[in-house]
Amino acid sequence: MKKIPSFLFILLLYLILKILFTTNLLNPYLQQIILYVGIIIIWTLGLNLIYGFSGQFSLGQAGFYGIGAYLGAILTKLFPHSLAIIPLSLFASFFGTGLIAFLIGIPVLRLRSDYLAIATLGFGIIVKVLFDNADAILPQFGGSRGMLGIPKYTNLEITYLFLIAVIFLMRNLINSKYGRALLALKNDEITADVMGINTFWYKTFAFALGSSFAGIAGWLYAHLYTFLHPSNFEFLKSIDCLLIVILGGMGSITGTILAAIIWIFLIEGLRVILPASLVEWRFIIYPLLLIIMMIKRPQGILGKR
Amino acid sequence: MSYLCQQLINGLQLGSVYALIALGYTMVYGIVRLINFAHGDIFMIGAYVGYFALNVYKIPLPFVFPLAMAICALLGMTIEKLAYKPLRNAPRINLLITAMGVSLFLEYFSSLKFIFGPNFLAYPRPFRVTNICLGGLMINSVTIFVFLIVFSLLLLLEIIVYRTKIGMAMRAVSYDKETSALMGINVDNIISFTFGLGSALAAVGGILYGIAYPQIHPFMGIMPGLKAFVAAVLGGIGIIKGAVVGALIMGVLEVLTSAYLSSTWRDAIAFSLLILFLIFKPTGIFGKEEMEKV
Amino acid sequence: MKKLFPLFLLLTLFCQKSSVIKIGLIAPITGDVKTFGESVKNAFLLAIEEANSRGGVLGKKITYVIADDKNDPTEAANAGAKLINQDRVNYIIGSVSSKCSIPLSEICQPADVLMVTPTSTNPKVTIRDDGSRKPNIFRACFIDPFQGKVAAKFALEQLKAKKAAVLYDIGNDYTKGLAEFFRDAFQKGGGVITVYESYSKDDVDFSALLTKVKGENPDILFLPDYYNKVALIAKQARQMGLQSILLGGDGWDSPDMVKIAGEAIEGGYFTNHYSPDDPRPEVQEWVKKYEEKYGSKPDALATLAYDATNLLLEAIRRANSEEVSKVREALQKIREFKCVSGEMSIDENGDPIKGAVILQYKGGKQVFVAMVKPD
Repeated sequence: MKKIPSFLFILLLYLILKILFTTNLLNPYLQQIILYVGIIIIWTLGLNLIYGFSGQFSLGQAGFYGIGAYLGAILTKLFPHSLAIIPLSLFASFFGTGLIAFLIGIPVLRLRSDYLAIATLGFGIIVKVLFDNADAILPQFGGSRGMLGIPKYTNLEITYLFLIAVIFLMRNLINSKYGRALLALKNDEITADVMGINTFWYKTFAFALGSSFAGIAGWLYAHLYTFLHPSNFEFLKSIDCLLIVILGGMGSITGTILAAIIWIFLIEGLRVILPASLVEWRFIIYPLLLIIMMIKRPQGILGKR
Repeated sequence: MSYLCQQLINGLQLGSVYALIALGYTMVYGIVRLINFAHGDIFMIGAYVGYFALNVYKIPLPFVFPLAMAICALLGMTIEKLAYKPLRNAPRINLLITAMGVSLFLEYFSSLKFIFGPNFLAYPRPFRVTNICLGGLMINSVTIFVFLIVFSLLLLLEIIVYRTKIGMAMRAVSYDKETSALMGINVDNIISFTFGLGSALAAVGGILYGIAYPQIHPFMGIMPGLKAFVAAVLGGIGIIKGAVVGALIMGVLEVLTSAYLSSTWRDAIAFSLLILFLIFKPTGIFGKEEMEKV
Repeated sequence: MKKLFPLFLLLTLFCQKSSVIKIGLIAPITGDVKTFGESVKNAFLLAIEEANSRGGVLGKKITYVIADDKNDPTEAANAGAKLINQDRVNYIIGSVSSKCSIPLSEICQPADVLMVTPTSTNPKVTIRDDGSRKPNIFRACFIDPFQGKVAAKFALEQLKAKKAAVLYDIGNDYTKGLAEFFRDAFQKGGGVITVYESYSKDDVDFSALLTKVKGENPDILFLPDYYNKVALIAKQARQMGLQSILLGGDGWDSPDMVKIAGEAIEGGYFTNHYSPDDPRPEVQEWVKKYEEKYGSKPDALATLAYDATNLLLEAIRRANSEEVSKVREALQKIREFKCVSGEMSIDENGDPIKGAVILQYKGGKQVFVAMVKPD
């Protein structure tokens, strides 16, 4: 990473992917999976900012993912024939989700670690109920039948642009005064408070920003698969998100990226039909892995880098 | 009017099953400050033990309860020893994540074909269901049975916690772990005992739940577990009578929501209530303020 | 990241044109409805095996690829993309639930792949949100509006019902759709809907809703959900002394229904795609074949998967070509094709026009009551 300037590396990677995409050397299935990996990285980086960097344990990440997806999709669906709606709806997904997270965060982030977890879990369940009943507000939301008719806007450029933007934003945040404040807050909130850091404001900001990332990921997801269903945003998905962050290592950007890539490729790699009983064992290995990790290596497989 | 009373009875029945689960949450939290996420799954396993005892081995009902209680108590203690004890001084969140891991493990392990299997099972009814009419109100034998069992268990718990040595030790540990250890209380044993006691209550909850709502499956513990936790928070976490009152409120509230609004919003209302309580009165109805120690 | 590229290149080595016809199956092999996936897979394999024993289609052997969607919409879309681009299939059978078949159809249509869903009953699988047709998408089952209408008509005319109550699962498009179509048809026919309430997936305590229903004392309680939920509701309803006749849809069809519900479901009626007791030779032959191979009676899901596969193979035969566009035309033109679940004619939306059956649980068994022809 350090040998070539990162700017060149980013450009080079983009060009390679672009060539592979346009020449169809990567078939549409692999293209879809690569975009999906990008989306998952954005989504999990958001949680890493909230939990890994600032120590606020949130189980609402799937809910924010869904809010971003539904917010963006309803706009592009209602105004299908204007390209101006793309930046507008992206804006709405990012800031809308961020604003909701901010408003939720103000009261909820006063809570201590495990209480915060439960409160955000409750929020995730409430959001799912809202999605199920959303067709009562606007029939276009589709409610429990799922939302159809979303245009397919997600492509390599948009996904790549946001992925790089999110990584950049996070890196610069962490290496700034703000990031150091977050670190202090994560290690000892009371001390940080006494030192004169406005911990509450910092926490809420990190929470809102990390949730905005989930919102953007949601927008990209909605316009890649062009179909939304409330069951995609159940609170169990938040646990998936958490698993990726923990496996990659709390507070490690590269760790999260690698873990997300490995995670998706494992799922897709296992698409070869194994006997169903083997697939079931997978869900027994995951939690065991999680327990052992927590006891032996709570800093993640890759640890801090 | 009779419609409202009928619905209240429905709510109290649901609430008393929640109470049995909420008690385990509250006792464990009071002692080790852990939200034992896997508690709902112990409740599930209790229901399955009851199912096999009643259906396969044809054990008479009075013996089924102690059997399920013993098995679940052992399970609860084992989980504590293997998964939670190594993390006793770790950050609280790591404990919570471990508990989630244990919960997922129990769910998926139970759904394996050679354990319980993934399908829904119909719960056996160990006695005939008869309806008793009291001037427009209908109470059936299941409801009465649930009330009796829950009430007698609460009495038993009251005696254990407030009238025995071990109960006194439990209260001491929950008040101040370090000092209790200095006073010669074996803290590890007390924690283990608390897990066992909570799990045994959850096991009874599982059997009653199976009898009242006669269908079980490996993932049945998730929602009741979460709802019971909400109930424990309502009443004030760590407080025994609070858990019971919170659970009854919760059950009645859910049923009334279904009866007068719409059951679609039931979960949303339950969890909104949780968030409101956590924000405005995190100590619950009966709780007292705790200062954070530096 | 870069290390993976050679791997991709290996994966994307183009496949050679071969002398076989490849068909993909997407079904929930794991996940919350894996029993459905199991039935569909069994029937699909049986249909392929049969066709191959008769020398295949167009003189070519049929091979297959199976992918699991775990009953998750994202997984279904990814599985579909994999079968189309990686395994190069031109025909897909699947998936089981509508929430997976809809995203799958969004993948198949632009890729110009033919898709036949055996069991997804949501109208939106074959038509877009604006009502236009997705020309490549077909199905082998009747759609929810038809089923809801049949149930309502049966309640009004045969059971002479005046008042009906409906309870459905808000989080499940299948039960929601059936409930709506039943309600509309029942009201149109002059009946009154007294209670129309929803519950959610994890509910087990229906006492509040049933107390409400009991207060209204309807002739019919319509429960359009899967057998496990229906069993639970029925038990609680009978326990409360509710006397209404129970009525439901094809989700009731399971050998486990009586096991779980016992006495409570006795006398209940439901609409279904076929009945194993139907004396028609196609049905009897099919039941025998399936039982020999898998040791149990085929449920409706298995039957529909068998029909869907045969429908596709028949279209390839009639088109006398493997070209997707020609096979599609042949599929669209199919009229009165004899299947296990009745005679099928494909309408302009890609839906089969065929009859439904009404069955009743009597003495712990499903008993054939009536055959309902489409209007």
